[in-house]
Amino acid sequence: MNALTVSNMSVSYDKQLALENVSFSVPEGSMTGIIGPNGAGKSTLIKSILQLLPTVSGTVEVFKKPLRSQRKIIGYVPQRSEVDWDFPTNALDVVLMGRYNHIGMFKRASKKEVTWAKHCLQRVGMQDYASRQISQLSGGQQQRVFLARAMAQDAKIYFMDEPFAGVDASTEKAIIQLMKEWKNEGKTVLVVHHDLQTVNDYFDHVLLLNKTPIAYGETNRVFTLANLEEAYGGKIAFLQQGPKAAKGST
Amino acid sequence: MSYTFWILLTGCLVGLTCGITGALLVLRKMAMIADAISHTVLLGIVGAFFVTQSLSGIPMLIGAGIVGILTAVFVEMLHSSGVQSDAAIGIVFTSLFALGVVLISFIGDQVHLDVQHALMGEIAFVPWNTLTINGVSYGPTAVWMLGAVLAVNLILITLFYKEIKMSTFDPQFATLIGVPVMIIHYLLMTMVSLSTVASFDSVGAILVVAMLIVPGATAYLLTDRFFVLLILSGVIGILSAALGYGFAIQWNVSIAGSMAVATGVFFIAAFLFGPKQGVVIKKIRGTTGKKTVQSST
Ligand SMILES: Nc1ncnc2c1ncn2[C@@H]1O[C@H](COP(=O)(O)OP(=O)(O)OP(=O)(O)O)[C@@H](O)[C@H]1O
Ligand SMILES: [Mg+2]
Repeated sequence: MNALTVSNMSVSYDKQLALENVSFSVPEGSMTGIIGPNGAGKSTLIKSILQLLPTVSGTVEVFKKPLRSQRKIIGYVPQRSEVDWDFPTNALDVVLMGRYNHIGMFKRASKKEVTWAKHCLQRVGMQDYASRQISQLSGGQQQRVFLARAMAQDAKIYFMDEPFAGVDASTEKAIIQLMKEWKNEGKTVLVVHHDLQTVNDYFDHVLLLNKTPIAYGETNRVFTLANLEEAYGGKIAFLQQGPKAAKGST
Repeated sequence: MSYTFWILLTGCLVGLTCGITGALLVLRKMAMIADAISHTVLLGIVGAFFVTQSLSGIPMLIGAGIVGILTAVFVEMLHSSGVQSDAAIGIVFTSLFALGVVLISFIGDQVHLDVQHALMGEIAFVPWNTLTINGVSYGPTAVWMLGAVLAVNLILITLFYKEIKMSTFDPQFATLIGVPVMIIHYLLMTMVSLSTVASFDSVGAILVVAMLIVPGATAYLLTDRFFVLLILSGVIGILSAALGYGFAIQWNVSIAGSMAVATGVFFIAAFLFGPKQGVVIKKIRGTTGKKTVQSST
């Protein structure tokens, strides 16, 4: 079954098209890397899939249903959280917000929810910062708190926009470990990713994007030098250890 | 009930209602809209008078509520079509308020409703304007209006606590998980409008702004917790009203004015001595910080 189906999606900012005719389907339980140069429209793609931006045309289905009815099973970590950093709230509180549509309207978080939120904080190594006001955390720590919030959502499909930006190597390992567990539990994960070196290790599917999809499919078929050159406009010569195909073609 | 009691109660209700509601505005960085709404509700009051030919409480609340929301809608419309948000507030605020002022001049002779009164209010008259049903007096109308608005606001904040918090802190995530962010926004604008019009008669529009903004801004300096901030803001509103009344009696000056000054006193105290951003505390910490650096070299 497909976890996500995007058909003919076009998005524009002030009449300038940022995405043109994007169509692809992501199988359930897969881990997809969304790859492309700066300005390729990766963040725009995720935001429009989640209906945080108005689309010009196109449809999105999550598990064969319109997104509106699937909000409970969608998790999201934005590229740079556009939150009010000075808001009077602490790390644990932020993670609990991931539970809000499970708690339901008019109700308060139960003990069970709080325990779960604490567990999520622990998974990203932030248990000692639970009561720290969020502006008093470092950039990487803030990123981890938002990952914990996504984890707390216990979603079935996750969208992550550069979750590794600004985190140290051990945190990156911990996060990828977490994502692999999700995958083993049958969750679907889409990750915007910049480090081409790790694509083969991390993802079983790749979406190469530059305003319009260059290629989508299993990593070993799609992550080729030819495709990369098309996506990046021939600017990847600096790659030292490129994708598999790179070795073959030299 | 004594004269002093009613005035104090009215002041404290204004402080509590505006303190809690205004704290939400401060957190949303929308303090300026309090200023706008507290003036444009004048149009709603005049409008209600044109429709009902009287100055009774309920139509006034409804009129003010409608104009308050219209203010927010117009600001939002201008802003989303590319006007800077502070400019948008300025444009809507002045035009709607001016319209209210012009309309007031048409009915000026018929009732006691003038710009001076609307802006400055007069809390000293509150005890005489009583709610009388079948010849029985039930205490000042202002107290009933404020009590009703306070109850409505508290109920709304309690019901939508999570949604308000979420959509203030992270509107994008709130949208994602299905919080009706826009509805929450207009709900808040309605609460501000109701608080304003209920406080109008006693403290006047200009001083409503002080009660809406300053307690929230003060509490913001004192705590890191959303819930505590709302409570503190309400408490500071009450204390300002009480302290202000004390000033006014002591020096025989305007009661509403003293109450507003009192909010300022609390703010300055928090600004200087607050644990979070307190200037004095920072100074002390700053010097110890320097010492550590020096000793480590
Ligand atoms: N708010 C906006 N208003 C106007 N144009 C925008 C806006 N956001 C993005 N764009 C434009 O849309 C295009 C795609 O931007 P997007 O942020 O989706 O790129 P990206 O692939 O996520 O890039 P990066 O790797 O730098 O994060 C860019 O050309 C950008 O200039
Ligand atoms: Mg991006």
